[in-house]
Amino acid sequence: MTPELLGSLVTGLTIFALAVFVGFEIITKIPPTLHTPLMSGSNAISGITIVGAILSAGADHGELAFWLGLVALVMATINVVGGFLVTHRMLAMFRKKK
Amino acid sequence: MSAEYYPHLINLAYVVAGILFILGLKGLTHPRTAVGGNLLGALAMLLAIVATLLKTKIIEDYTWILIGTGIGTVIGVLFATRIAMTAMPQLVALFNGFGGGASVLVAGAELVKNIRALTLDSNGAEAAATATPNVVADVAIVASGLIGAVTFWGSLVAMGKLQELKMFKKNISLPGQQVFNALLALAALALGVWLVSDPTNMTAYWGLVAVASVLGLTLVLPIGGADMPVVIALLNSYSGLAAASTGFVIDNNVLIIAGSLVGASGLILTQIMCKAMNRSLTNVLFGVLEPGGAAADADEVYAGRVKSTSADEVAMLYESAQRAVIVPGYGLAVAQAQHAVRDLMDVLESRGVEVEFAIHPVAGRMPGHMNVLLAEAEVPYEKLREMDEINSTFPQTDVTLVIGANDVVNPVARTDPSSPIAGMPILDVDKSRTVVVVKRSLSPGFAGIPNPLFAADNCLMYFGDGKQAMLDLVGALKEL
Repeated sequence: MTPELLGSLVTGLTIFALAVFVGFEIITKIPPTLHTPLMSGSNAISGITIVGAILSAGADHGELAFWLGLVALVMATINVVGGFLVTHRMLAMFRKKK
Repeated sequence: MSAEYYPHLINLAYVVAGILFILGLKGLTHPRTAVGGNLLGALAMLLAIVATLLKTKIIEDYTWILIGTGIGTVIGVLFATRIAMTAMPQLVALFNGFGGGASVLVAGAELVKNIRALTLDSNGAEAAATATPNVVADVAIVASGLIGAVTFWGSLVAMGKLQELKMFKKNISLPGQQVFNALLALAALALGVWLVSDPTNMTAYWGLVAVASVLGLTLVLPIGGADMPVVIALLNSYSGLAAASTGFVIDNNVLIIAGSLVGASGLILTQIMCKAMNRSLTNVLFGVLEPGGAAADADEVYAGRVKSTSADEVAMLYESAQRAVIVPGYGLAVAQAQHAVRDLMDVLESRGVEVEFAIHPVAGRMPGHMNVLLAEAEVPYEKLREMDEINSTFPQTDVTLVIGANDVVNPVARTDPSSPIAGMPILDVDKSRTVVVVKRSLSPGFAGIPNPLFAADNCLMYFGDGKQAMLDLVGALKEL
């Protein structure tokens, strides 16, 4: 392993560890009433893989990489668009009050 | 600014996206701010996508990216706008699976790219390797493939079970299931080690994905419907972890941030669900609910002591009541009775009765399922009470109406240490003055044990379909 590689690994792990703690702190404060929207919303966030899919489908690394990237792109887009939209639909119901 | 600054600016945009994701989740801590929080999350995603599109200046042609996102958007919109609120658990499971599947494929594409860099020179001809293997990326590729494939197939099975598709009805468990799963996990690890030690080995990767796929199937197939809240929460966590490890594959911080937030979220929900069932995670995943040896026989428990009632009788009960609690369970979702229950609440409130809803954490098929259904029926969220809050008020409650719930109101959990649900936190509905249970029959809940509540002196059974029973009851109340 080169020093540069180790460096980027450590940076990645730092971010990972801190984000997990931030996640724990915030999520424990979310009331049970909102647990379903939390799941579908966080689900949509996990569609962030769309970034990787765009890079794979967009860059020229041969046919196989392209097709893998394209299918990944479709899946991740469904995850992102559907996830945020359905969460919005649910949350709008919680807000609806006369 | 020269082009050298470019990648750093894009990384800056990713950091902003990461911050927005965190703020978006923070918005979800209150129903009032939740809509904004979700929009903030969507904005973060848009920012990350736009930054990525700028990053890929290597591409001359955006056609396929447009086509891919176009197809995905249409499918996503169709699902999200057509789905009934009662079917939300299935949809979340399906989306979850797509997230995991995308991670598998992105890691695969990245592996193809790395292999080309290792075996081809810049002209695309086979020549001396120009790149050195990247151990970090290879380990992350293994993790993405493994977690992603388990998530994908596990989620599809979970979806099938939640949709009650025939082929998933039975909780198939093979003899030696645990041993088989352990062997699969070992095989997956071995293939992973093989790939890391030989980073140009595409076969090892797809072998790993195949083994992990089988593992995803065999892990979820034996798990029953009532344990689905735990399974979905756990798969939710996995899809986040898969995204985070894909972040290590392509060395991208926003994936790591977003993925680990989701991973943490899913883990917390899993923990809450397990606690609400008084079971450990290992018990849910690998254990089978043992039919408690000392569990009483149904006939013995119910013999001649079950009192059946009618809409008119229940309406009379409500006439003299001051405080009423409604306990919804999965049966409410099955009967689509949420709007009818809301009508009941309205009629009761117009008669001056104080009405609240008692929500058990595992009522329904996913965390918070009942809350969404009642929100759909426009029941104000202030009326929904958590178990710990409402349990102390049952002795002052005149009428408690249980609709479509069974195990979560079974007093055996408190009284009989040998029962399979012993120690599970329950709603103490038996302590209210009168309990009315709306149910089709005396059939047991998921735990498969009789419920002595049904035979209790203060309990009346109101047999029938949940929705029809509510409509009749509302009708009877209006005639009073």
